[in-house]
Amino acid sequence: MNGETAIKGGVYSAQRHDSGHKHVAGSAAYVDDLTEPQGLLHLCLGLSSVAHARLKQVNLDAVRAAPGVVLVLTAADIPGANDISPTHRHDEPILAEGSVEYAGQPIFVVAATTRDQARCAVRLAEIDYEELPPVLSFAEAKASGVMVTEPMTLARGDASAALAKAPRRLKGQLAVGGQEHFYLESQIALAIPGEDDEVRVICSTQHPTEIQTMVAGALGVPANAVTTEVRRMGGAFGGKETQGNLFAAVAALVAKKTGRAAKIRPDRDDDFVITGKRHDFLIDYAVGFDDAGRILAVDMTYAARCGWSADLSGPVTDRTLFHADNCYYFPDVRLASEPLKTNTCSHTAFRGFGGPQGMIGGERLIEEIAFALGKDPLEVRKLNLYGPGRDMTPYHQQVEDNIAPEIIAKLEADCAYWARREEIAAFNKASPVLKRGLALTPVKFGISFTLTAYNQAGALVHIYRDGSIHLNHGGTEMGQGLYTKVAQVVAEAFQVDIDKVRITATSTGKVPNTSATAASSGSDINGMAALAACNTLKGRLVAFAQENWEVPGDQVAFLPGFVRVGNQKIAFADFVNAAYLGRISLSSTGFYKTPKIHWDRAAGKGRPFYYYSYGAAACEVIVDTLTGENRIARVDILHDVGSSLNPALDLGQIEGGFVQGAGWLTSEELWWDDQGRLRTHAPSTYKIPACSDRPRIFNVELLKDSPNREETIYRSKAVGEPPLMLAISVLHALSDAVASVADHRLCPHLDAPATPERVLMTIERLRAEVAELDGRVA
Amino acid sequence: MRGEIRFLLDDAPRSLSQLDPTMTLLDYLRQVEHLTGTKEGCNEGDCGACTVVVARPQAGRLHYRAVNACIQFLGTLDGCQLLTVEHLAKAGQLHPVQQAMVDCHGSQCGFCTPGFVMSLFAMTRDHESVPDESTIDDVLAGNLCRCTGYAPIVRAAQQAYTLDPRDDAFAANDSATLKQLIALQDGESIGIGDGLRRFFAPAGLDDLAALYEANPDATLTAGATDVGLWVTKDMKRPHTLIYTGRVVELARIEETGDSVEIGAGATYTDAMAKLARHYPDMNEVIRRLGSLQIRNVGTLGGNVANGSPIGDSPPLLIAAGATLHLRKGRVRRSLPLEDFFLAYGRQDRAPGELLERITLPLPAANTQFRAYKVSKRFDQDITAVLGAFNLTLEDGKVAAARLAYGGLAAVPKRAEKAESALVGRPWSEPTVTQAMAALAEDFQPISDWRAGKDYRLKVAQNLLRRCYIETTEPATATRLAGRARFGS
Repeated sequence: MNGETAIKGGVYSAQRHDSGHKHVAGSAAYVDDLTEPQGLLHLCLGLSSVAHARLKQVNLDAVRAAPGVVLVLTAADIPGANDISPTHRHDEPILAEGSVEYAGQPIFVVAATTRDQARCAVRLAEIDYEELPPVLSFAEAKASGVMVTEPMTLARGDASAALAKAPRRLKGQLAVGGQEHFYLESQIALAIPGEDDEVRVICSTQHPTEIQTMVAGALGVPANAVTTEVRRMGGAFGGKETQGNLFAAVAALVAKKTGRAAKIRPDRDDDFVITGKRHDFLIDYAVGFDDAGRILAVDMTYAARCGWSADLSGPVTDRTLFHADNCYYFPDVRLASEPLKTNTCSHTAFRGFGGPQGMIGGERLIEEIAFALGKDPLEVRKLNLYGPGRDMTPYHQQVEDNIAPEIIAKLEADCAYWARREEIAAFNKASPVLKRGLALTPVKFGISFTLTAYNQAGALVHIYRDGSIHLNHGGTEMGQGLYTKVAQVVAEAFQVDIDKVRITATSTGKVPNTSATAASSGSDINGMAALAACNTLKGRLVAFAQENWEVPGDQVAFLPGFVRVGNQKIAFADFVNAAYLGRISLSSTGFYKTPKIHWDRAAGKGRPFYYYSYGAAACEVIVDTLTGENRIARVDILHDVGSSLNPALDLGQIEGGFVQGAGWLTSEELWWDDQGRLRTHAPSTYKIPACSDRPRIFNVELLKDSPNREETIYRSKAVGEPPLMLAISVLHALSDAVASVADHRLCPHLDAPATPERVLMTIERLRAEVAELDGRVA
Repeated sequence: MRGEIRFLLDDAPRSLSQLDPTMTLLDYLRQVEHLTGTKEGCNEGDCGACTVVVARPQAGRLHYRAVNACIQFLGTLDGCQLLTVEHLAKAGQLHPVQQAMVDCHGSQCGFCTPGFVMSLFAMTRDHESVPDESTIDDVLAGNLCRCTGYAPIVRAAQQAYTLDPRDDAFAANDSATLKQLIALQDGESIGIGDGLRRFFAPAGLDDLAALYEANPDATLTAGATDVGLWVTKDMKRPHTLIYTGRVVELARIEETGDSVEIGAGATYTDAMAKLARHYPDMNEVIRRLGSLQIRNVGTLGGNVANGSPIGDSPPLLIAAGATLHLRKGRVRRSLPLEDFFLAYGRQDRAPGELLERITLPLPAANTQFRAYKVSKRFDQDITAVLGAFNLTLEDGKVAAARLAYGGLAAVPKRAEKAESALVGRPWSEPTVTQAMAALAEDFQPISDWRAGKDYRLKVAQNLLRRCYIETTEPATATRLAGRARFGS
């Protein structure tokens, strides 16, 4: 073998997911698949059936007496803090105390010998509620004025003065629904009691350190008594950033109380009802613009139904405002958030973290202007893009890496936008029932946690004497391929094949004080931390080689499978064994913190984002104007991932993110009844896209030759969240098809999700409006 | 009476004389066999993460069918071979459908993957060469993936066919397996358990009728696509379960001169094969009422007999003029299907009386049959509005009309006022407009999470308009789903 042969699985290669061969064989173990410890107890939570009430009496005698029941716990039995508020606001008890604030709130937990017994036993509870009026709707929440966290305002210039001066003004309102994560693997936690105050929690979480913190708090023990582990999740999408805390806490409480291992895996319906989702928003907007369609002033208020506690609603609604501008320059602007308290589940992180809702508001402005001026929305989009001299965001960060204009121009040409625009118009003229629509929308998504402290990561790398490598880092694997990407980085650093790198479960015992795997940051920060660990080791190894073989440092090089030392090539395994014999430490941590970022929330100024990821999508849909049923006919995407660490995995994130976003904006509808009970709480009633809903023509391309301008890991860019927002093109294409029934004279004001019902009712409204305009009877 | 169930787990014989009648296949696999490759995603037969394949001898050959293990009762496996994701790889070699999934990056989080793999494996038994994309969509309609957006999985489905997926260990053992399973067919009725919980699987129709008459409070189940949910979601534990799936006579579908006789135990999958020619729209609605996993075990008879107000088959069959044949012990009676539904949750069926068969008249030459299902999602969704229209047109006039709707009332129901507005009148724009208006008198729908009442009524009306357009302006495109799917 010569030194020039490339390694297998280095960076920039379409390496397969590290667990792919295990996924397909059923041998990839999720928490519920692990061999169960002897004497394992199974838990089930008893939930509130009402949205808002004082708990007059909670009689659990029948529950305790039920077959198989070993233990029943209520809030009174918690030795530590009855609190899992991730932002430390103390507004989120593990188990309800005195009152309940949403239908589905856990009141007690049952531990039984089998899961079936636990599920049967919870139904025997007798709970006497003194019902209080619940706050459910936006109207009720706005009237009550209670917010779960401090709102934020971003302002630049004088929006109201500029609005008053603008030659044209429009205002309106847009309602955007929430979204259930529908990770295929439900929440789950397995707690195994240890000696003294120790406990080991194996669970499905994006944030092992927070699980550790919450469990320690609930037990009243120091963090070093708790170890959290996660090898892989069966999907997460933000739904396992904070929402696993409850389950881990009750499992640990039962485990320490009984001395027996305890597992909780809520049934799908319970998971739906208990856990938070993507926030739904009501967006009030006013926009001033000139006759050409250029935006002059923007004033928007983003109200969110946050649910009963703050959870992550603060940072989520902040990010909403950060993305209201999308790719567009707002000269004078005021953006305000209203994180409203409601008696519903506490909404949480979900891929995009409020950004999609922000962006959808900005895109509505574009649409309004286009209809007002009789222009194609794409022309209005291009006219308002950030550009030289027009590059300051509403939060006073300068857009330095703007590539949206190039991406849009290339996609516009590649997808034959204008030719298809004409073809569709001709089709619609000839087709009385089915109408087609087309839209091209861009995405600019800010990368970094807006909480600056979270932008740090750690890794741990060991090299064993046989040359095999053990890799660990603080990031978690939820299917996105993070473990694979970081292993590629390590393989590249040492120039060994990727199968020499053992990827190991994330554990708070190996890498402490980790950040959530969230904000699309996984490979950016953990990849860098792993590289730092590798570089430390390589530094030691080079120094060792210099001394051992008496060569200058520049004559030591890591080549594929070998290390060249002077003029000899030493197999990697032999080289590291020599280093071991030379008493060199072959284990190192690595650490990374994202540079350049800072954020002053009170002032609304700073550089919250290290860089931006960009993309654009052109979507064509077809709508049945008799029923509102609709299909995505074709999608073309051009997306920017910098220099892709792994084009295959990145493509998967883009395709999957798009379809998930399309589901959010079309068929996925969360429906609460007037008592505040969620009635779409399983896949039978909550409809995520199925196979036939995918775009039949789906052209996805990664932007070529566009390395990240910032020094990220191998100049790649984050990819987890941005592609979801490409699906905003679906809503706009539907709107375009709907507008055809009124000859594109009226802005349809199509809310989301655009279910068949919402589409048809919008069509009916437009028909009536245009008839009125023409003095006809509809 | 045999006191045990017998089946093959891959090639290993299993016989169980102790049986919890409502133990699901999924719990059996994960808790008893410790085969954890099969996953629980929803526990209600909607996500497909638990998909396994059941091979059953039928007409002298093995039929491999994908089913949802989460709502299938273990006792229904008698005489079958059960294959799970753990069984596909042989001698350390992934099966072609598994290899294609790996090569095409068809898994991300991997939790749904075993289910997809099993659906794809079953697909390779049904299709000799690579199916078209609509067929792949249908094969996978009951497998939800939240990560990939499906594109790479469809690519894997196609790529698998470049790897000779049918030339595998299962094909090599097919005749040996068939022989083993035929040897298990003893024609004996099965009865397991005494006292509180009992499982019966009668082998003949007379046995079934007698058993049910003697145990009128037993729960009768065929595919368990509804009863399964009573167990997994409502935590009900029926004390006596009578499984109808071993009664061969009950599964028969026979075409006489002017009708199709559909046994109450015929699965949707088997019924569709016969209906496609005569009632393509009925076929399409049934295709959409449930995924392949559901249709492989669920029955038309069960969909009618359980009396659900949201069942999709009743409006179809009412419009077509179907007759039910009920039997209690030795006593048989027949009635028009629309008379079966008395009120919400109440049907004209006596305790211990079972549905034996459905007579579906074949469409006459001068009839137009149209049926449309409207739901939030095209595939595997519960209906918001279903309209089924059976019009007899003579000399441009409506000689007879049967309009049946689902989703608009407490029971599946004919639209009598709208029918009156049509019959005897020319099949014309003014007539249709009047009939659409009359629908507002026929139905006062409610609002719920599936749809609002205004939308339901509007769609009910517009579906009649769609029927009019399709029968008078055949060149106009009107459909986004099914045989005339547009925009693909």
